Amino acid sequence: MMDKINWTQWIIIAVSLVAAPFIGALIAGLDRKVTARMQGRKGPPVIQPFYDIIKLFSKQPVALHKLQILYAFLHLVFMMLVVVFLAMGQDLLMILFAHAFSTICLVLGGMSVRSPYSRIGSLRKIMQMLAYEPILILIIVAIYLQTDSFLASSVMSMSKPMLCSMPLLFLAFLSAVAIKLNKSPFDVSTSHHAHQEIVKGITIEYAGPYLGIIEIAHFYETAILFFIIMMFWQTNLYIGFGLETLAFLAILILDNTFSRLTTTWMLKYMWSIPLFLSIANIIWLWSK
Amino acid sequence: MFNAVSKSPWVVHFNCNSCNGCDIEFLACLTPHYDVERFGILHIGNPKHADVLVVTGSVNNRNARVLQNVYNQIPDPKVVVAMGVCTSSGGVFAGCYNILGNVDLVIPVDVFVPGCPPRPEAMIDGIVKAVGILERKRKGEIFPTAPKPLCKFKPSEEQSAEKTAIKEEKTV
Repeated sequence: MMDKINWTQWIIIAVSLVAAPFIGALIAGLDRKVTARMQGRKGPPVIQPFYDIIKLFSKQPVALHKLQILYAFLHLVFMMLVVVFLAMGQDLLMILFAHAFSTICLVLGGMSVRSPYSRIGSLRKIMQMLAYEPILILIIVAIYLQTDSFLASSVMSMSKPMLCSMPLLFLAFLSAVAIKLNKSPFDVSTSHHAHQEIVKGITIEYAGPYLGIIEIAHFYETAILFFIIMMFWQTNLYIGFGLETLAFLAILILDNTFSRLTTTWMLKYMWSIPLFLSIANIIWLWSK
Repeated sequence: MFNAVSKSPWVVHFNCNSCNGCDIEFLACLTPHYDVERFGILHIGNPKHADVLVVTGSVNNRNARVLQNVYNQIPDPKVVVAMGVCTSSGGVFAGCYNILGNVDLVIPVDVFVPGCPPRPEAMIDGIVKAVGILERKRKGEIFPTAPKPLCKFKPSEEQSAEKTAIKEEKTV
């Protein structure tokens, strides 16, 4: 499959690896700013996530055991692998598996400590994965139905924008993105706003630079998700960017209007409405 | 960029033995009117992620150990901000049978914020001062512990005479 990587591909990989966390951090900063504006506050500067990361790396490293640190690193490394695969237009199934394994590393790190909050957070993370993974698989199936290929680069060969052929899958994917970004009402495993319930959930036992690593992995993940949203209008980059902005605003409005709901509700919702929408879209594509 | 510590102080709040007056005022800092997040200050529930420990209320026999534990869990560099008079002298609780007294008996305090309760502006000012200390601690400059805003209440001779008179009246 991988013949030989020429130097232009090396450059693309390097640029995407460097740019992805910056894009993710900027999205996180905009997220905090726009959320503050929606709540009638002034809000932190847009580059606040950069300050947070630099601060976390200047703190004293505290860890319970070495395995926990390894899991944090694996989480980051597999996220970077996903970025590399996407940049090279590799197999979408492989991307999905690498992404799932990255999340599993985070769960293992949360389960490897004895803190009950961390374990509750990890269990809920597994439930979240259970909720959104079917939709990601169905998106890949839909792409296969149209292009007869699992390669991410095959999306570019489609003459029409992906959104025209899979609008219902896009709506379902927005719910999956809200889960991945830990937005209300799906912010069950780790919560930025509600510290009373499970404090910080899955990342509670990480401190200083190790928390910074997890945050950087989260920035990579944000960049990946927004890149996939952009892929839904692959024929025109500007419209893709507009689509991204709309999706971003929709998720923020969702975050600010809903309160956090339970894990079982999330699973019931995701396995009924978005899954139904996705399957309806697949059947439509199949019969076309 | 290098003074990033002072631009994203994450605060953990510990209520020792407070009457909740300071805590309510502290939570008022998060509201749109004061909005501490514009300084990058986040209210975080976990001492392992925090830089600033905000303590309210006086220390009692039960929670002295807990306070010490929370303080020890915060990774260096860290600062402690003591809110309200109870943290500096015991406040209205001073002299109670279960009260040890001020917070700096248990952990080193960097900033005292006077008031009962302090106004949100004073609290934000205290945290911003503490953040300056945090930056100096990161550079390795040793910072002395804060001077207390007031010493323990000692009644003057007139007042004590008045008190004894009242007591005598009551006994009669």
